[in-house]
Amino acid sequence: MSKIKKLVSTNCGVISPDSVEEYVKAGGFQGLKKAFTMKPEEIIGEVKKAKLLGRGGAAYPAGSKWEQLLEIPEFPKYIVINADEGEPGTFKDKILLGQDPLRVIEGMAIAGYVFNSHDGYIYIRGEYRAIQKVFQSAIDNAVKAGYLGKNIQGTNFEFNIHIMTGAGAYVCGENSALLNSIEGKAGRPRIKPPHLAEVGLFLLPTLVNNVETIATIPTIVLEGGEKYLSYGTSDSGGTKLICLSGNVVNRGVYEIPFGVSLKDCIYDPELGGGIPNGKKLKFYHLGGQSGPIGNEAQLDTPYCYKTLRNAGLTVGSGAVVVMDEDVCVIDYLKGVTEFFIHESCGKCTPCREGNKQIYAILCKLSTGEATQDDMVVLKRLISTMTNASFCGLGQSAAVALNTCWKLFKDEFADHLNKKCPAKVCFTEQERGE
Amino acid sequence: MGHHASDPNKIVNVTIDGISVSCPETTLILDAAKLIGIDIPVLCYHPDLKVRATCRVCVVEAKGQRKLKTACGNEVWDGAEFITNSPAVRQARKDVLELILAEHPQDCLQCVRNTNCELQKLARDFGISKPLFKNEPKKLPIEDSNGAIVRDMSKCVKCGRCVEMCQEVQTVGAINTAHRSIEYEVTTAFNRPLQDTTCVYCGQCISVCPVGALYEKDDTEKVWQALGNEEKHVVVQVAPAVRVALGEEFGMDPGSITTGKMVAALRRLGFDKVFDTDFSADVTIMEEGSELLERMSQGGVLPLITSCSPGWVNFVEGFYPELLPNVSTCKSPQQMFGALVKTYYPQKAGIDPSKIISVSIMPCVAKKRESARPEMNDSGYRDVDVVLTTRELARMIKQSGFDFTKLANEEFDDPMGISTGAAVIFGTSGGVMEAALRTVYEVVTGKELANVEFKDIRGLTGIKEAEVDLDGTKVKVAIANGLKNARVILDKIKAGECDYQFVEIMCCPGGCIGGGGQPWGTTTATKEARMAGLYQVDSDKAIRQSHKNPAVKALYDEFLGKPLGHKSHELLHTHYHPRDNCK
Repeated sequence: MSKIKKLVSTNCGVISPDSVEEYVKAGGFQGLKKAFTMKPEEIIGEVKKAKLLGRGGAAYPAGSKWEQLLEIPEFPKYIVINADEGEPGTFKDKILLGQDPLRVIEGMAIAGYVFNSHDGYIYIRGEYRAIQKVFQSAIDNAVKAGYLGKNIQGTNFEFNIHIMTGAGAYVCGENSALLNSIEGKAGRPRIKPPHLAEVGLFLLPTLVNNVETIATIPTIVLEGGEKYLSYGTSDSGGTKLICLSGNVVNRGVYEIPFGVSLKDCIYDPELGGGIPNGKKLKFYHLGGQSGPIGNEAQLDTPYCYKTLRNAGLTVGSGAVVVMDEDVCVIDYLKGVTEFFIHESCGKCTPCREGNKQIYAILCKLSTGEATQDDMVVLKRLISTMTNASFCGLGQSAAVALNTCWKLFKDEFADHLNKKCPAKVCFTEQERGE
Repeated sequence: MGHHASDPNKIVNVTIDGISVSCPETTLILDAAKLIGIDIPVLCYHPDLKVRATCRVCVVEAKGQRKLKTACGNEVWDGAEFITNSPAVRQARKDVLELILAEHPQDCLQCVRNTNCELQKLARDFGISKPLFKNEPKKLPIEDSNGAIVRDMSKCVKCGRCVEMCQEVQTVGAINTAHRSIEYEVTTAFNRPLQDTTCVYCGQCISVCPVGALYEKDDTEKVWQALGNEEKHVVVQVAPAVRVALGEEFGMDPGSITTGKMVAALRRLGFDKVFDTDFSADVTIMEEGSELLERMSQGGVLPLITSCSPGWVNFVEGFYPELLPNVSTCKSPQQMFGALVKTYYPQKAGIDPSKIISVSIMPCVAKKRESARPEMNDSGYRDVDVVLTTRELARMIKQSGFDFTKLANEEFDDPMGISTGAAVIFGTSGGVMEAALRTVYEVVTGKELANVEFKDIRGLTGIKEAEVDLDGTKVKVAIANGLKNARVILDKIKAGECDYQFVEIMCCPGGCIGGGGQPWGTTTATKEARMAGLYQVDSDKAIRQSHKNPAVKALYDEFLGKPLGHKSHELLHTHYHPRDNCK
């Protein structure tokens, strides 16, 4: 049985991205047309049945999010799509945006119809400059074909999409920071409550969904929530785009039904195809830099929200970064922490200062200057950052370190004794070679 | 997880450290804890500012929640159970402090906030002795070239209070946060000096800074030198709001009336004459009241807007230059005093004005900039030579070693120490208006005012409006304190949507009682106490109307002639300069 199931990515690389004609020929806009025959509550009912969990990383139930926004009586409401895909090792939204933008547009239009919203914003990261052009062209063509703009398909419903661009801040992927950025403010997270459903973009009720989440909506509306759920496991509906990178033969984006094992993700010839050059797997980093690290022993875990969570792992953004035996965990974590030092917004103490101090201790580990006292401090830093940071960025910045430390206790201890099994840290002389 | 706005009328039951508390649903965990005597430590939180919850010092545990929650950033909810003193909470708070201290200079002994620093207190309370992390403070240049506000950003703890104050309360926008992560900082646009920003020098940023990152330019040494110079005749004036705040520096309650002790202290410091800005506040009423009546009777530009507050003057010059014709040409009481103390006073006392050093004690840092304006030399000299804040005066008293609290009361010197109750209320929002009405009423009606108290226009409310009946002549007035509130009135004036005749604007929230030069730790509660003190001084005064001040009458008889006369124009009135860097 194939480990691949193409729902959201079915058109990718098949049709001309901005061609409404080709998109319609491939079954496009059928979801929107069906949506127009349904009540908003019915559509949300299908999303709930589908058990669609937010694909951006937080896995918040999309149906509940939609339901909460629907209950809010204030208008106008805004639809905002988070296309700031900034998690390292994550490049799945890029594929959807660049190769099937009309599916994203269709999803947004359905959301617009559900909430009687007339303006949708898509915040596409600045690095995707070329894709922004393709997306704009797709918008323009959809307007011309009557799928966007005024009086869509003769329904009197109006919906417009505006592209906003970021300037490369990871934290703008945090929804409230993203809204600040759209408003022209510095991209820093807002204090919650109020929640964005109540006080969102321009202080009005707002839906913020990830690209992949919104791209599944046409399928769910068209095929029904139960059908969509059936593609995955009983608690994780449908499919997921995973991004394989690092020391893996077939790097790239794959759409898998939930339930495929991690081992298959990395080793199946249809998917990762194993570790290159006959090397052994050392670990894999799931869900982005903010995600946990797993090892060989956890490979049989099925890739779905519940089982991964029970194993201390996560789906997150869908990133699967594979590292082979030549990688030193300390060296790898230094890279992860450097990333967070660069990307912390700086407003809260634990994240602003904590990453820097973690990095200092990791550097000491890699140069053999670390002591047991440093390990105690490191543990405290992990706890304080995780429990006391302002937003998800700081709260998850030490997740990789924490999980890695548990899996590779010996390697941490080795570094205290100036030993580096992967032979990355210290000079040959220091390692006694 | 339902999303709903909390209801201030809904009473909920919560448990904090095992103790039950009932409070409105809108209560912050921090305030709910206070109800049962638990003081949760805070750093970025300030009771008068919007919550930012960025320092994370105030975290608590909430039962059923994985992460710690900030007590300042979260309201209670029904059935919630909080723990404010568990090992996990103490550890997290201590670690947050350690992280801040790793970046913070350790030269506490040389710091202006030594023994009065919120971070220092937290470090002491948490028993932080041996640093957990290597201390690596940033070495940033100290910015002090503007003569009023010193910014030592190496000491900044990034709490954001000053930014909130400058952006949201004062709407001046001179400072903001910039950059990310370890580069995150509070700065001006393009890191320009304050002179090249929209700054109005209100010093409210100083008022809310928890540490020694922001403070006034210390000019006490200049005063010490003058006092030590036998050749000089050193005179001092003290603004109304200082007398109800100075005591706080010596452990007295906010609002304690320290006028007599303050005068005694100034004499002990060695000032040759101790005068009162209240005297020139009475003069201001004579001039400004006359200006109002003249504008009303001769079709002049209305509404007339007060000009006592130099931060406000800086603001209108920068942000609303088109309204400058509305602003009274009267100098502020400080500057009127300065012009008179080097003309009228030496003439009367037979002193060479070139020997006079004129010092003023102000609740304000903008006054330092005001005294340095090039045009403020109408006496032929610098009208005011040195301006000290309330805090700087306290510093001088502390250096002198005498016990302020034990000083016997003394009286101001004649003649420029004689004043009325109308003058002392200049120190609080609504006071200038009330003082003006007390005089204008009698001038317009020719009748005695039965009750001099205009209670409708008192209080700390940001915007106050009233219509006053001057025996048939209706005068519409408005009062704003704090610049965000001022904008509301100014925008109405600009749009022609109001028919006020007289408007009082004070730059600082609450007026001078909340000035940027007042003792640290000022909150709304402190201001209320100081305000009550000023109204007490007023009601205790025998004379409560400026035009009845005998010393002011003598000033006009002997020297000025009449209000708005030739000499008044020369000495007591000024002109304004639009600033083009605020648009």
